[in-house]
Amino acid sequence: MGENGAGKTTLMNILYGLYKPDEGRIFVRGHEVRIRGPRDAMKLGIGMVHQHFKLVPTLTVAENVALGLEETGFFLPTKKIEKAIEEAARRYGLDIDPDAKIWQLSVGERQRVEILKALMRDARVLILDEPTTVLTPGEKEELFRILRKLADEGRGIVFITHKLDEVFRIADRVTVLRKGRVVASGVPTSETTPRELAKLMVGREVGYKLAKRPKEPGEVVLKVEDLFAMDDRGTMVVKGVSFEVRRGEVFGIAGVAGNGQKELVEAIVGLRKPEKGRVVIDSHDVTGRSPAEVLGLGVAFIPEDRARYGIVPDLSVAENLVLKAYRYPPFSKGMFLDVDYIRKWSEELVAEYRITTPSIDTPAGSLSGGNIQRLILARELSTTPRLIIASHPTYGLDVAATEQVRALLLKHRDEGAGVLLISEDLDELLELSDRIAVMRDGRIVGIMDASEADVEEIGVLMSGAS
Amino acid sequence: MRPEVISSVLQIAIRTGTPLLLGAIGEIYAERSGVMNLGIEGIMAVGAVVGVAVSLATGDVWLSFLLACIAGVVMALVHAFASVSLYANQVVSGLALAMLGLGLSSLMGRSYVGKPLPHTILPRPVPLLADIPVIGPALFYQDVLVYAALALAFVSWLVLFKTRWGIMIRAVGEDPSAADAMGVNVYLVRYACVAFGGAMAGLAGAYLSLVLRPGWTEGMTAGRGWIAFALVIFAFWDPLKAIIGAYLFGAMETLQFFLQVPLGISAPLLGMLPYVATILAMLFAVSETLRKHIGAPAALGKPYIREEKVI
Repeated sequence: MGENGAGKTTLMNILYGLYKPDEGRIFVRGHEVRIRGPRDAMKLGIGMVHQHFKLVPTLTVAENVALGLEETGFFLPTKKIEKAIEEAARRYGLDIDPDAKIWQLSVGERQRVEILKALMRDARVLILDEPTTVLTPGEKEELFRILRKLADEGRGIVFITHKLDEVFRIADRVTVLRKGRVVASGVPTSETTPRELAKLMVGREVGYKLAKRPKEPGEVVLKVEDLFAMDDRGTMVVKGVSFEVRRGEVFGIAGVAGNGQKELVEAIVGLRKPEKGRVVIDSHDVTGRSPAEVLGLGVAFIPEDRARYGIVPDLSVAENLVLKAYRYPPFSKGMFLDVDYIRKWSEELVAEYRITTPSIDTPAGSLSGGNIQRLILARELSTTPRLIIASHPTYGLDVAATEQVRALLLKHRDEGAGVLLISEDLDELLELSDRIAVMRDGRIVGIMDASEADVEEIGVLMSGAS
Repeated sequence: MRPEVISSVLQIAIRTGTPLLLGAIGEIYAERSGVMNLGIEGIMAVGAVVGVAVSLATGDVWLSFLLACIAGVVMALVHAFASVSLYANQVVSGLALAMLGLGLSSLMGRSYVGKPLPHTILPRPVPLLADIPVIGPALFYQDVLVYAALALAFVSWLVLFKTRWGIMIRAVGEDPSAADAMGVNVYLVRYACVAFGGAMAGLAGAYLSLVLRPGWTEGMTAGRGWIAFALVIFAFWDPLKAIIGAYLFGAMETLQFFLQVPLGISAPLLGMLPYVATILAMLFAVSETLRKHIGAPAALGKPYIREEKVI
């Protein structure tokens, strides 16, 4: 385990032959080996399930499994594979339809295809890179069950994560990486504690609870009235949502992903045209206006899909930091950019928000997930926004980054910004929000004060169970 | 029209469509592996002139075809080296190849202009089938290469969709990093597909100069390389659909001679038709969003660099 950017993925990619090591030696079953590519790794019995799945979306499950397998035969290579997939399905409970195309599968199913791919190559060591970040709680349990079974068969499992509870749930031994170095090696989980591991990982004590001042709500900064919006396929997924966010409060929206939260946010910031209803920000009607107009009113937007909507991956860190404000002084003079000022200002932000990057000229896309989020926060929050719209702001982040993001959101709330927080993480919602709305099937099915809300009640509302 | 006329229009349309079909099959392979080769026009021209040169020098028509293919492979490897190994922009590299090929062919062909070839390839009827009225002569009274091109279309469809190689090629064109992680040699697959594309384009050029319009004239490819490129898009990257497309374009080219009198439209206007269709198809080729809508290989036009971070 280790934080974002500690080097976990890089290390595993070296083991799998995707990256070349500069120095050092690798031993497999006592023999020193050279791994020049994934093919070598597979021959040595090393299999890997990548965080971003390595599956070809337009091919079927069987075709993906057959890809690169030599013993399948030249003609109709999927014929044998289909039987093997069914057998593995029985043995490990990896239930998948071999004829389904990858794009038709859920994320959890895709992961099972990845595991299957490794098993078909008889992987003795299976590396999983942050496998749970994309899974629902139910799918996570299923994964743990499968992994246990594989370990009991005598296979070695390397499980990469930054979540402490998962380490204690599934691992027998744990190695902690910090900034590319091993700070604890192979410690039995029975001999350590979550607190100790967190300290090793971050390098200092971690405060678990954030202090939250009582709210002093001011005037309404965001008003959404009877809003309707469609998803990309043209189905109505936001069906008459109304709520208000006041200055100085965090308004949380809970809900299982896919219940219209994404489209709701996009309709508010102008990325999606509402079908009906009104969006008012600070008494300006912005319904159907462009994102530039909405953001120009002092709105900070922390999007769900960071790499796509949060940054321009090929532009440098500095360029990404001025993406919103480059047009205005002091960042530009007349029609030219004030490059010196931008550089100085970027250096300051990088230091202030603790963005780990080789330099401000590094392409933003090459940063780790946590540092991309820090960059987005630096850009969005350095301008003292009146309204912050944050979608899953800590999704996939490590302990330190999560803590930083949450503290920043609360700081701006205390300074009088209204915060709209969309999250699936109930603990986060309860910790940060003043009021919590639950969204299900495109509607708000309940709004409650966070101080009176409990997890069970929200869970019931989210799932629609009575 | 009388049945004999229809039959002969079809016969000529299929023959005219054959170089287009050959070029398209090759380009389908290159693009399925993720490499767009805009240089087919130039490769075809070089194939045509090499075919004529070898034929005049040796009198061996099969050797002419073979060497035209090899010339095509050599040309295509230049494109493969630039776009696969050096990660060059495929559009730029392909266009350069097209211009290089056209210039090179006109230089090499200077002394061959107008010379008659020492041999002819005559149509051979398929027994019995050639006697079917109307479509019999059209489909089964053709030269060997027409049959070969048809067979190639079927075989290349089979390889692409029913074999291990096919999965590898399609995976490399859709998601090279996934293919790489599964131990597929992305670079090798791309080189092989581009080289095959070059061989097919060279063959198409030789068919043009040895069979369809025997002899060498400068600029004799007349945009057929571009039409073949456009065909790939009309065929949705499927060799079987390319058959229909190639013969349709062949028909368009043929019909200008048959339709100008009854329709009263001038021949040059009718002659434009295949090119207008090509320009329309090019719009799809160049726009990435449009390409996605019609199901182009997802990694088409993108160089693959292993250690680049995927986000």
